[in-house]
Amino acid sequence: MKQFILFSITLLLVLGLSCGNKEGNVIRIGLIIPITGDVKTFGESVRNSVILAVSEANAKGGVNGKLIKIISADDKNDPTEAANAGSKLINQDKVKFVIGSVASKSSIPLSEICQESKVVMITPTSTNPKVTVRDDGTRKDYVFRACFIDPFQGTVAAKFAVEYLKAKRAAVLYDKSNDYSTGLADFFKDNFTKNGGVISIFESYGKDDVDFSALLTKVRADKPDILFLPDYYTKVGLITKQARALGITAKFLGGDGWDSPEMTKIAGDAINGGYFTNHYSPQDPRPEVQEWVSKYQAKYGQKPDALGTLGYDATNLLIEAMRAAGTEKPEAVRDALVKMSNFPTVSGNITFDAFGNPVKSAVILEYQNGEQRYVTQVQP
Amino acid sequence: MSNFLQQVINGLQLGSVYALIALGYTLVYGIIRLINFAHGDVFMVGAYLGFYAILRFHLPFPLALLFAMLGAALLGIIIEKLAYKPLRNAPKIACLITALGVSLFLENFSSLKFVFGPNYLAYPRPFPVVNFNVGNVTISNIQIIVFVVAIVLMVLLQLFVSKTKTGMAMRAVSFDKSTAQLMGINIDYIISITFGIGSALAGAGGVLYGIAYPQINPFMGIMPGLKAFVAAVLGGIGIIPGAMLGAGIMGMVEVLTSAYISSAMRDAIAFLVLLIVLLVKPAGLLGKSSIEKV
Repeated sequence: MKQFILFSITLLLVLGLSCGNKEGNVIRIGLIIPITGDVKTFGESVRNSVILAVSEANAKGGVNGKLIKIISADDKNDPTEAANAGSKLINQDKVKFVIGSVASKSSIPLSEICQESKVVMITPTSTNPKVTVRDDGTRKDYVFRACFIDPFQGTVAAKFAVEYLKAKRAAVLYDKSNDYSTGLADFFKDNFTKNGGVISIFESYGKDDVDFSALLTKVRADKPDILFLPDYYTKVGLITKQARALGITAKFLGGDGWDSPEMTKIAGDAINGGYFTNHYSPQDPRPEVQEWVSKYQAKYGQKPDALGTLGYDATNLLIEAMRAAGTEKPEAVRDALVKMSNFPTVSGNITFDAFGNPVKSAVILEYQNGEQRYVTQVQP
Repeated sequence: MSNFLQQVINGLQLGSVYALIALGYTLVYGIIRLINFAHGDVFMVGAYLGFYAILRFHLPFPLALLFAMLGAALLGIIIEKLAYKPLRNAPKIACLITALGVSLFLENFSSLKFVFGPNYLAYPRPFPVVNFNVGNVTISNIQIIVFVVAIVLMVLLQLFVSKTKTGMAMRAVSFDKSTAQLMGINIDYIISITFGIGSALAGAGGVLYGIAYPQINPFMGIMPGLKAFVAAVLGGIGIIPGAMLGAGIMGMVEVLTSAYISSAMRDAIAFLVLLIVLLVKPAGLLGKSSIEKV
């Protein structure tokens, strides 16, 4: 009996090792995104596009003669879950590359883990500066992103409010527990005041709040031109609905967290006439964009949102860097990313600045009759 | 001035929602001295039952409310039979920990794909929202419904407990369990009824909450549950009008702090009020401090 057990264990080991050898011709990329929870449409969009980008690359024979395999994990839009998923993918699945996460609050802890383990991380969509930079201002040199950052997004929104909407007075409501929301609120505030506007109300709420009537009554009494709401669609939907019910007439303005097919389901008519900054618009006439939109639509039956587009761009950036480096050593791939110049992606040509942030343009979109309409493009 | 009135109405709405949950807490505590931490999650299940009743079965609002209340009552009775009854003679702390366990189980079980799923759902409105403007003060029909339902349920509950035979039996069980049993009261039946009624109230609260703040998820019961528990303690736990009073004060303090001090201070000040009240009146605002017989 003992011998039999010994034999089975050896057999298992041998089988396990031979499986391991087969994996040698595969490059594993970890994908960490929220597939469930309050921003699940973000995670779904990114996953769809990453799968699309990888299957395109694999159809052409992969990269450096090896096929790419995605190992994905759900972070539920929770910073702790994101950190756990990162440790698991790096330590157990031995991935050397990570795409993720979506929300800045999850990407910040994830970036610490990737940096420590010298794993190349590209976040498709996290716009808070702290994802690639530590609190003391030093660079996390293994971390990159495929999107613009909040100082730029805040500047664009403030400029648009002053110049296009002729706003003089703005109220800001933000989620104090969310790095994305607080960052964007601060940058909007600074730039709006710099451009001659007045921030009359700057108030926060908690992440589990659903009743905003006290804050909104305050906003109503103040009669601002703009109500700036730098948060995700689940919260913005509730706030805009309650604001219109209270009779607030201010124009709504927000950031890329508004981009979700669920937005109009939650907010209903209240969101119509609201403007937000975004990374791309499917109505952009550039051929790269139109080719991408039709490709995505053919596979998934709907137009890609900005988050999906950035997921596609991030994957292609990583694949291109591996190709340029000619190897899958994380250091070499990192250096190839740093050297990348004007690499064409759907959301614009990418060159990284000294902090791993691409320099590229933003678009302004408006919700009208439950649809997104392209308003204008703003250059950096 | 009109803004102050508006804030008072906002506070009343929030207070009414807390009250519906606090009533169930206080009822269960009053009868069997158990803080049922799973109560906030029964509230969540009630919200989901209402969601399916409106969206899938296309029931009109009163029927959907009833459906959610019945479903929640059933769930409450099952929880009591499976989780609390076997521990009836165990130390209090065992029941408390079990209640926490039931709460976590309900939250995470509901998050599973084949139950309610982990996602945020937009709650359907079974009737159009109508806003009434009185001067510069806006009141919606939803606010009125939430407020009226809370008051009516509280009055019905108070009448039930003080006037009916079952209510009298409930009070007897609350007063002295073993003597009540000697008088021929079926304790198991009374406790089941208590859980059923308490959970039905939470179910109603869930549906009204979903209509007032149209977004639900499996973890939605945690914060309102906690706040309602605080409200029940503030008013004097075990006392039905106390739950209503405590909830009203909680709602009002939260709204007025957000409005006139700072939204960041809201929870801190709400809990500070609780601390001060408990220091002055340890049994809560309407509670009578009783001397424990040794």
